[in-house]
Amino acid sequence: MSVEERLPAPAGLLLDRSKKISFRFQDKQYEAWQGDSIASALAASGQWILSRSFKYHRPRGILSMAGQDANALVQLPSDPNTLADVTPVSDQLAVVAQNFKGSLEHDKHAWIGRFSRFMPAGFYYKAFFRPKGVWEKIWAPIIRSRAGLGVVDTNYTSGYFDKQYAFTDVAVIGAGPAGLSAALAAANGGASVLLVDENRLLGGSLTYARLAGAADAAARHREQLVSAVGAHANITVMCESMCNGWFTDNWLAVIKGSRLYKVRAKEVIVCSGSMEQPAIFRNNDLPGIMLGSAAQRLIKWYAVRPGRQAVVLTGNSHGYGVALDLLDAGVRVAAVVDMRAEPTADALSRAIADRGVRIITGSAIYEAVPDASKNHVVAVEVRGISARGRCADHGERIPCDLVCMSPGYTPAYQLICHAGGRVAYDDATSMFTLEGLPQHMHMAGSVTGMYVHESVCAEGRYAGRAALQSLGLSTEDIEPAPVRGLSDRVNFDWPIFAHPAGKEFVDFDEDLQIHDIIVSTLDGYEDIQLVKRYTTVGMGPSQGRHSALATARIVADATGRTVAETGVTTARPPFAPERIAHNAGRSFYPERHSAMHHRHLEAGAQMLIAGAWLRPAFYGEKGQRDQCMAREALNVRQNVGLVDVSTLGGIEVRGPDAAELLQRIYTFRFAKQAVGRCRYAVMANEQGVVIDDGVACRLHEQLYYVTATTGGVDRVYQSMLRWNAQWRLNVDIANVTSTWCGVNIAGPKSREVLRRLCTDVDLSSQAFPYMGVQEGHVAEIPARIMRVGFVGELGYEIHVPQHYGEYLWDRLMEVGVEYGIQPFGIEAQRLLRLEKGHIIIGQDTDAMSFPAEVNLDWAVAKEKPFFVGNRAIQEVNTRGLTRKLAGFVIEDANAPCPQESHLVLDGDRMTGRVTSCYVSPTLGKTIGMAFVAPEQAQPGSTVTIKSTNGRLVEAKIVKLPFYDPDNKRQEM
Amino acid sequence: MPHALIKYGLSRSYPGHRHFNSRKELKDHYDVVIIGGGGHGAAIAYYLSKYHGVKNVVILEKGYLGGGNTARNTAVIRANYLTEEGVCFYRDSLKLFRGLSNEFGYNIMWENRGQLTLAHTDAAIRSFRWRAEVNKHLGVRSEVIGLDEIRELVPMLNMSEHARFPILAGLWHADGGTARHDAVVWGYAKGACERGVELHQLTTVTGLDIESGRVKAVNTNRGKIQCGCVVQAVAGNSSVVGRMAGIHLPIHTFPLQAMVTQPYKPVLGPLVSSPQYHVYVQQTSRGEFVIGGGSDPYPLYNTRSTLEMKESLAAAAMEVLPFLGQMRLLRQWAGITDMTPDYSPIMGLSPLENYYLDAGWGTWGFKATPICGVTMAELIATQRVPDLIKPFSLDRFYQFRQINEAGATAASH
Repeated sequence: MSVEERLPAPAGLLLDRSKKISFRFQDKQYEAWQGDSIASALAASGQWILSRSFKYHRPRGILSMAGQDANALVQLPSDPNTLADVTPVSDQLAVVAQNFKGSLEHDKHAWIGRFSRFMPAGFYYKAFFRPKGVWEKIWAPIIRSRAGLGVVDTNYTSGYFDKQYAFTDVAVIGAGPAGLSAALAAANGGASVLLVDENRLLGGSLTYARLAGAADAAARHREQLVSAVGAHANITVMCESMCNGWFTDNWLAVIKGSRLYKVRAKEVIVCSGSMEQPAIFRNNDLPGIMLGSAAQRLIKWYAVRPGRQAVVLTGNSHGYGVALDLLDAGVRVAAVVDMRAEPTADALSRAIADRGVRIITGSAIYEAVPDASKNHVVAVEVRGISARGRCADHGERIPCDLVCMSPGYTPAYQLICHAGGRVAYDDATSMFTLEGLPQHMHMAGSVTGMYVHESVCAEGRYAGRAALQSLGLSTEDIEPAPVRGLSDRVNFDWPIFAHPAGKEFVDFDEDLQIHDIIVSTLDGYEDIQLVKRYTTVGMGPSQGRHSALATARIVADATGRTVAETGVTTARPPFAPERIAHNAGRSFYPERHSAMHHRHLEAGAQMLIAGAWLRPAFYGEKGQRDQCMAREALNVRQNVGLVDVSTLGGIEVRGPDAAELLQRIYTFRFAKQAVGRCRYAVMANEQGVVIDDGVACRLHEQLYYVTATTGGVDRVYQSMLRWNAQWRLNVDIANVTSTWCGVNIAGPKSREVLRRLCTDVDLSSQAFPYMGVQEGHVAEIPARIMRVGFVGELGYEIHVPQHYGEYLWDRLMEVGVEYGIQPFGIEAQRLLRLEKGHIIIGQDTDAMSFPAEVNLDWAVAKEKPFFVGNRAIQEVNTRGLTRKLAGFVIEDANAPCPQESHLVLDGDRMTGRVTSCYVSPTLGKTIGMAFVAPEQAQPGSTVTIKSTNGRLVEAKIVKLPFYDPDNKRQEM
Repeated sequence: MPHALIKYGLSRSYPGHRHFNSRKELKDHYDVVIIGGGGHGAAIAYYLSKYHGVKNVVILEKGYLGGGNTARNTAVIRANYLTEEGVCFYRDSLKLFRGLSNEFGYNIMWENRGQLTLAHTDAAIRSFRWRAEVNKHLGVRSEVIGLDEIRELVPMLNMSEHARFPILAGLWHADGGTARHDAVVWGYAKGACERGVELHQLTTVTGLDIESGRVKAVNTNRGKIQCGCVVQAVAGNSSVVGRMAGIHLPIHTFPLQAMVTQPYKPVLGPLVSSPQYHVYVQQTSRGEFVIGGGSDPYPLYNTRSTLEMKESLAAAAMEVLPFLGQMRLLRQWAGITDMTPDYSPIMGLSPLENYYLDAGWGTWGFKATPICGVTMAELIATQRVPDLIKPFSLDRFYQFRQINEAGATAASH
């Protein structure tokens, strides 16, 4: 059928017949109208096979036309596993089928299906492992190579995706007659309403289904509701929008276009409708066999005639509506096969009878017959139903190229289950029902099992008013909810007909037959969850939309339980498959830069990642780390260097109990610390493990400024808050890390440089000794100046309000020129502090380092009645150490410099590891710190380090520090 | 085609030999009552019945077999831990995994894919080197590798220097692998049931009768049973069950979420993990991509999914493997992890004389299943604590002898 031969309007609601487009499928060019989906355009041209199935490589075509099944998955460039039945075709689109070898029509792997009896459910658990090793060598690669459907583009980079928040009083999910009615009722009561629907058109089943009465009855109802909704100021409509998940507190994920909307709704009304189910008979998966609603969608939405001669299999009156629509579209209907023995006559069935269509009651399709190529249905074998699930021994073969199945529905329960609703089963109507909805969630329409148009609308209005009540916008009594009547019975209780030759598919995604489900129960996997896991039923791309009901029925039957007892497996978000890129949105991994960041870059710094911060590692070419580090370090030792320490944490503890807080949170003593003095502060956790360090500066009787490590400050701050929530000391604790920035100016000439810019502080050693802190001005900037000595030279940490940072840097560099000032990076700082024997928390400690192990015993005030970690530290000290951090030197000049983390051995026993190691330019040899066994820690003893490639290197333990043991330089 | 399948295919009726006992009444007394029918419980029963001749054993499972964290974990099997205790324990577990299919006569589909953990900071390189050195010393294949080798292993990685956290190096754990997680518990349960162990699903333990430091009886929703001894193997519920025995376990319980895509043709061999981004990715033998990360930020006993976790996992996964953006997510779920302060399990004796602990399995329980079964069965049968699990005793928390494992868990799985 070329595009011009499509059915006349009003068929083709989604088509724009003014724009003809052309696209490729496999190697052929096809035409389509703008608005066609890939599958509709292909169907119109007689191409019914879309792809091949997962396991047996069977040809598969349209099943639902609603984006609910895996049959319709095709491959687009950089977009594998795309739903052909709902994805609009675009001009020059290149589409290919998935999961076949050779050609789509003659798949070389189709033979696998002939061996299906040798591959029952769980077959792979039962074989392929003898003799030992054969699985990994032979079978696993074969099976793995067969896995998967679409082919991913490994060079793919995502386009633009983003996110938006939205807020509403009422979110109505689904814009069918129930959703439209609910939205109107809620909006009329003054609520703001967000109406979300996945389709391009509002109206749900009214856009394709056949109602009793005139052929255009549904269209007229739709027109009424849609125009009222469109005109309502309180209703925001989102079409082509998939509400894919309900999360706690009515937090909805809605995807539209390339955007993820995160919607917070006070009330949610789920009008998600129901999903028509396939009947289960031999070859029920052949192309040409589809749901009745799929045929109606093809006709009404796309003006495609779904076949020439049809058989309609039904268990309800909807099948008669399908038959009527087929007739109107010019399809011959060879028979309506009604599984019900004595169907109640209604308007639709009478209309069919009036039009002379043969109705065969109490019968089922026992088998569908494929054409010679096995690619399409050419006939069905219709037999009388002799007992539940059984057919008579003989039947009648009816030729047809289209089979429409209308055996019943499953509610689209997914969102309700995300919210904690439960799926039950009503034996009287053979339907799943929903119960246990949470507060502020309502439902209406066929999701509740309501199918008669008037009651569906009434139930929608009821839900809308219930939402208004819950919102407090209405106090009126609401009329009782409509109840389901006989006409709402749409499910035939047992549309499942086993065949001795099998191939009656329960799950199309996974190629599972009735037998597979039964095998599972025979093997002992009886719980529905175990059936799922053993057979993989419901695990495929359609997540059991078309298999959950049948599986529950078959398992119930096989295990002697009711369907209600058997239940279904858990529905989890998302409702429909969603792109990872949608969830990712725009990448958000912020970087923190210090105020002097640009100066580092201008000076040619190589930056290093430290948590969220970037810090200068060294200044120079990328490959020149060692040289740059040595040069920078030597300049600090000989002249003066400047390093950016802005990333260090800063915490202010203020109040009458400030000293007491420090006294409890840190291991050292602070109660008697004088104003104007700094003190080293070590923090332990309750296990006695060293977790952070810094300097506590007492600026005032009631004010401490405490520094913390770059990576640790957030944890330190949290820890202080958490503890003080218990202690309730009278203090304020503020994380002022981003308020202040700072530099450390260090080296024998640092005092002279600083003196040039700082006139209001007496920098003399007497007035401002080592470990003093002063407030004053540097380059006219208010500053906190600490005389501390991490790198082991005379030095000052200058902290200023962060927006002055760059100015401070510039002025120091400017006046420092004549003293040989050079910036130095983190690498040089690490080397310098190693020479001085200072540890870095996190590098020279690990998750179990006690103070005594890392030589911080002196910073623990044992006489304090309490501090965090006190008890553990006492206990561990009593027991004796199991390791100790010691300094070492490598005396063999030819030995390779060990790397950090190389192991320290005692014979074959691991006793520790290298934590820091550098070649010291100042000392002219390789120095380092390592954890060693306590008995190895004596200065003068020798330990073995297992170096690169297992080479053993001898190291001599020495006393720390390596440099300036008398502290003459930092205290000058 | 393998012999077993030909036999199935040609037999007239399906050879319906059940893998587990059908529903039946509980007996009055069992020598060993195992609370929890997950991988660990089934493994303990299996080794007890097969290697120690202890057959009067019952497994009590409140839901369905293997329906807790055995069903919810992402089937990562590795031994590249940090401490000697951890490495030896998981090394022996991994060794058992390799032979499990033939041990059972049931294919658990072990695949040795290797695991690549990415370093984005110099601190991570140091910690990886530490792990690699310890691993190698103890006979586990781990190596710090450079960018060229990383590119060769996983060409789709974002190797750009301009990434927010550029990849600097990797920890390649050649021994790492995966297996069908369900098959592991089924294989154990099948083997145990064949030897007389009883599996009772939908059977909830409601309390314990304790007298003078011993458990006398176990109360269930189906009645009381007398017991020789009791072992709890209820990952995700350890504190709750422990409390029934009057034992306070140092555990905080957090949900751990993961998600899976539709199936695609195989392209990714190794498991890829990035502790910096808190994400790991692997492609299953069915072709789906499984994506997981760190635990939820707050304690909870609920397996609900959160949008926030999905968003952050998706963003992180795409930072590392941008090509994932085109793929479609099918499902998101959660398990419940019992986190201990030192990221190591709590195994062995308890303050009660005949009550054994198999708890604190955080995010590392599945990969320990076989070794846990072996060692706990040995403990129960011989009353001697095997050396391998001595360091994991509950006592360590009272003696400040925790294990230094924090550096090798979290998002690495």
